[in-house]
Amino acid sequence: MTVSIDGGMTETVHGSRITWAMVDTWVVAKRHLLHLVHRPDELLGTLMIPVMAVAMFGFVFGEAFGVAMDVPGAEYREFLLPGLFALTMAFGIGNTTISVAEDVRGGVLDRMRSLPMSPVAVLAGRALADVILAVVELSILLALGTLFGWQAHLGLGGVIAALGLLVLLRMAFSWVGILLGLLVSGPEAAMKYFALVFPLAMVADTIVPTDLMPGWLALPAEWNPLSSTVIATRELFGNTAGPATTWVGEHALTMAVLWPVAIIAVCLPLAMARLRRLGR
Amino acid sequence: MITDEPAIWTQGLRKSYPGRGAALDGIDLAVPAGTVHGLLGPNGAGKTTTVRILATLASFDSGQAWVAGRNVARDRAGVRARIGIAGQYAAVDGVLSGRQNLEMFARLYRMRAREARARADELLERFDLVEAAGRPVRGYSGGMRRRLDLAVSLIRSPRVLFLDEPTTGLDPRSRLEVWDAVRELADSGTTVLLTTQYLEEADRLCSRITMVDRGRVVAEGTPAELKSSVGGRDLDEAFLLITEGA
Repeated sequence: MTVSIDGGMTETVHGSRITWAMVDTWVVAKRHLLHLVHRPDELLGTLMIPVMAVAMFGFVFGEAFGVAMDVPGAEYREFLLPGLFALTMAFGIGNTTISVAEDVRGGVLDRMRSLPMSPVAVLAGRALADVILAVVELSILLALGTLFGWQAHLGLGGVIAALGLLVLLRMAFSWVGILLGLLVSGPEAAMKYFALVFPLAMVADTIVPTDLMPGWLALPAEWNPLSSTVIATRELFGNTAGPATTWVGEHALTMAVLWPVAIIAVCLPLAMARLRRLGR
Repeated sequence: MITDEPAIWTQGLRKSYPGRGAALDGIDLAVPAGTVHGLLGPNGAGKTTTVRILATLASFDSGQAWVAGRNVARDRAGVRARIGIAGQYAAVDGVLSGRQNLEMFARLYRMRAREARARADELLERFDLVEAAGRPVRGYSGGMRRRLDLAVSLIRSPRVLFLDEPTTGLDPRSRLEVWDAVRELADSGTTVLLTTQYLEEADRLCSRITMVDRGRVVAEGTPAELKSSVGGRDLDEAFLLITEGA
């Protein structure tokens, strides 16, 4: 084993700070994507949730929910699919949290912190990987939805805008997951708290319209960030939703942009502060 | 590359954790460039805390710290560009292959893709990991993993290398391999700060040793000086006498 010190110590790095932050973010994102290639079962596991949800809620509960909403089952599935797209974005939080907690425990995060790389890229790489993964998940869900008879009625522009909103939501949830991953005591704890995603994913206009919920539940459901995205995407897909009677419903498109931006604006700086504090 | 200016220099380094008291209670270190310096002490003595502070991974409350001519508190980026860290607290990615690890970290050390690939090849060759290069690291033996860890820390040819208990948990053969690598590094001019619980390791590798206990320096000198200062035959005896007397 021979070791030399000819690694080429170039003092000056080319390009601006922002360019480097983007390059670093991509390198870290690639790491997470390579993980999925090495462990495809994890990706399959993530995809099982929406697939099962389509099957269970669409067909097992679908007819009954349809009756409650006074629409046929097929029309309920039309209502349901945009909800499930957003729900899948929410369930992604679990994987993000666990993966970040594993990196804290395993020391990879420490190694990255000791490198002359962009500090924000250490975390932003995970967010970018999540967004790329979200695009893959959504493509599969769109195909699956089409198979079940769901369709977008307002053309390609609406579909792209709706997908954009869903990806934006996932990016926001990714930063929530990153922050939680830095706060929990370890990956085991992250797994235990996973059930907390359920109220986030379901106390919203995802599976049951908020006006069928009891009043005390309808209010948080209405203000759940998921609801704005779901209502906005239903509008963009041209899927039946009934007239939006609530304030959030009337401003769904605006809120579907504002909510994720606000979440990122809060979680990103908190996560960065937490990352710095890991060393204390 | 031995100059008058120490590669690592600290004075009165103090750090305490809320509710746990002082982890470091005034550590003074002066490590000449191009030497292997041992930080020896029992668990909880403050060895790892010292290394984490010097590697910019942890903050400190008071005192001064300089690494490779850079102020640790004020110029973290400058320090990070000049150091490597390996051992218990800086890990490699278990899911990726050895080559993917090296290429990723090389990219994060701001090498271009082609440069990173070439450097990965070079280091895989030098650390005898060519055959295992494509396999996921979690399937590596302890020795292979530690060699990869060391290879990652050397990507940018650091001026100062921190090795935090580099041979803990290794079999005797792997331990010898790591020792050989450390010696060669020192011969080529890298300054190494090594923490260890193994007295034999310190005795064999280090030109000077700082003994720490409960966050304080209890003795400092060459292995021979430490042994003779207590009239002991070996470093184990010296260590026990010194830490008991402290």
